[in-house]
Amino acid sequence: MTHQSEKKTIWQVIAASSLGTLIEWYDFYIFGSLATVIASQFFPKTNPTAALLSTLATFAAGFIVRPFGALVFGRLGDLIGRKYTFLLTLVLMGGSTFAIGLVPGYATIGFAAPLIVLLLRLLQGLALGGEYGGAATYVAEHAPPHRRGYFTSWIQTTATLGLFISLGVILITRHMLAPDLPTSIQRFNDWGWRIPFLVSILLVVVSIYIRLRMNESPLFAKLKTEGKTAVNPLKESFGHKANLKMVLLALFGATMGQGVVWYTGQFYAQSFLENVCSIDFDQSRTILIWGILFATPFFVVFGGWSDKIGRKWIMLAGMLLAICTYQYIFKQFMILTDPAGKTELTGQRKLLENKTIVSEKNPADSIHLVTTEVHYNDGAVFKEVKADTLFADAARAAVTKTSIKYKEKKLSTVAYRKIVGWVFILILYVTMVYGPIAAFLVELFPTRIRYTSMSLPYHIGNGVFGGLTPFIATLLTTIYVTDKLSGLWYTIIVGAVCLFIGAIYISNRIDPDVND
Amino acid sequence: MNAIKKYLGVIWMILGPVAIYYLVKTAAAEIAKKPVIDTKIQWAVFVIVFIPIAIGITIFGYYAFKGEYDHLPESSREI
Repeated sequence: MTHQSEKKTIWQVIAASSLGTLIEWYDFYIFGSLATVIASQFFPKTNPTAALLSTLATFAAGFIVRPFGALVFGRLGDLIGRKYTFLLTLVLMGGSTFAIGLVPGYATIGFAAPLIVLLLRLLQGLALGGEYGGAATYVAEHAPPHRRGYFTSWIQTTATLGLFISLGVILITRHMLAPDLPTSIQRFNDWGWRIPFLVSILLVVVSIYIRLRMNESPLFAKLKTEGKTAVNPLKESFGHKANLKMVLLALFGATMGQGVVWYTGQFYAQSFLENVCSIDFDQSRTILIWGILFATPFFVVFGGWSDKIGRKWIMLAGMLLAICTYQYIFKQFMILTDPAGKTELTGQRKLLENKTIVSEKNPADSIHLVTTEVHYNDGAVFKEVKADTLFADAARAAVTKTSIKYKEKKLSTVAYRKIVGWVFILILYVTMVYGPIAAFLVELFPTRIRYTSMSLPYHIGNGVFGGLTPFIATLLTTIYVTDKLSGLWYTIIVGAVCLFIGAIYISNRIDPDVND
Repeated sequence: MNAIKKYLGVIWMILGPVAIYYLVKTAAAEIAKKPVIDTKIQWAVFVIVFIPIAIGITIFGYYAFKGEYDHLPESSREI
C-alpha cells in the first residue's frame, strides 16, 4: 500500500469509528442532560427531590452497568472481531435511545414507565461499555506506531463532542417549539423532550451504513487467519496474574483518576453552575458549549504530544492540576454569581409574582412569596424570591423567618466570559487526562485479549468512579451542608490516590509494537 | 524505586479493608439517620459497587508487595 493510500485509509477508519462513537455518546448524554424533565415525566411527582434522585440513580445505573458491557462485548470483540461487535453495540444503543423517546409517561402507564426507562437505560450502559474499547482498539490497530496517540485522540474527542451535540440539540429544540419562549419551554417539558431521543435513530442509521462498509482490523484479521485468537478472553484477561496485574494498574494508576477529572470538569461543573450557582438554564448550557468548543482541539494536541514525550506525564499533570485548582475554580463560580458584591439599579426592580401559600397541616400558617426581577449595574439580571413564613401562633410568630434566594441568574457579559474561561480550563484538564489514554491502554495489552482487557478498567474508571461523580458530589453537599464545595473532595481524594499510584508504578514507555 | 513500590504495596493492601469499613459505617449511619427507600437504594448501590473495587486495590497492593511491578512487561510474550 502506498503512503498516500495508507493515509487515506486511516482517516476513513477514524471518521467511521468516530462518527459511531460520537452518536453513542450523544445518545448516552441526552438522558443525563434531561434528568429534570425525565424525572417529572417518569417518576412520581409528589416529591421533586425523590424524583430527581431516582433519575440520577437511573443515570448512575447506566454508568454502573458499563463494566458489564465491557466484559460482554469485549469478549465478543476478541472472539468474533472488532467490526461486528461495535456494529452490534451501535444498534443496541440507537434502539434503546429511540425507544426511550416513545415510552408513555408515569401519568399514562404508572410504574411500568420508570421500569421500562430503567431497563432501556441499562441497555444503553451495556452498549456503551462495549463501544469505546472497540473503537479505540480498531483505530489503534490501524495507526502507525509513531502516531498512535495522535490518531486515537480523535476517538477521544467524541465523548466531549457527543455532550456538545446533545446540549446543542436540547437548546435548539427547547427554543423552536413555539414563537414565544415560555410556550416553547412548556411544550418542550410536555412532549418536546422526546425529539432529541427520536432524532437519534436517523444518526444511527447513517452510522450503521458507514460501519458496514469498514473492514476488520488488520491485526485481528491476521490473528484470525493464523488461528491465534483467544479461546476464552475473560479467563485470559482476568484469570492470569500477568494480565490481571496490568488491568489493576490501568485502573488504579490511570483510568480511576481520569474518570473523576472527566466527569467533574464537564458534568459536575454543569450541575454546580445550575443548582448551586443558580445560573439560568440556557446560560449554564451555553457556557459549557463554549468551553467544550474551545478546549476540544486540545485532545488532539495532547494525544499527538504523547507520541513524542510519552503518555504518562501528560495524564498525571492533568490530574495534578485538577486536584490542586478545583477548589479555587469552583469558588470563582460562586463569587461571580454572588449578588452580594453587585450594585442594584433599584429603579428597575420589577415585581413578577406575589402569592401566599397556605400550609396543608395548619391552614392558619402560611408562606408569603414575593418574586422580583433585580437588575444590576453590570448588566446582570437575577430573580429574587423572598419568602416570609407566617405563623398564626403568637409564640411561633416571634421566630418568623424571612429568607431570600436568587434563581435563574442571567449573568453580565464579563461574568459570563470569565466563567466560560474557567470551564475551558476544567475541560483542558480533561483533554490532558483523556487525550492520550486510548493509546496508553491499547499498548498495555496484547491483541488477542486487548478489547476485553482495556475495556474493563476504562469503564470501571469512567463508568463507576467517573459516572458516579455528580451523584456522590451532590450527596456530599447534602451531608456537609455548610460547605458548598464539599462535593469536590471525592474527586480530589480519588484523583490524588490515582496520581500517586500512576507516578510510582506506571511506565512512560511507548510500545513500538502492538502487533503482538 | 522497587523497594518503595513494595513498601507502598502494604498501604494499598490496608486501604482496601479500611475503605470497606468506612463505606459500610457511613452507609449504616446515613440509612439510620434517614431510613427512606432512596437513602437505602443509593447507599446499597455504593456498597455493592465499591466493595469489589476495594478488594481490587488490596490485590493490587499484594502484587506490588510481591514485586510484580518491579519490571513491567515490554512485550506481550511476557504476559
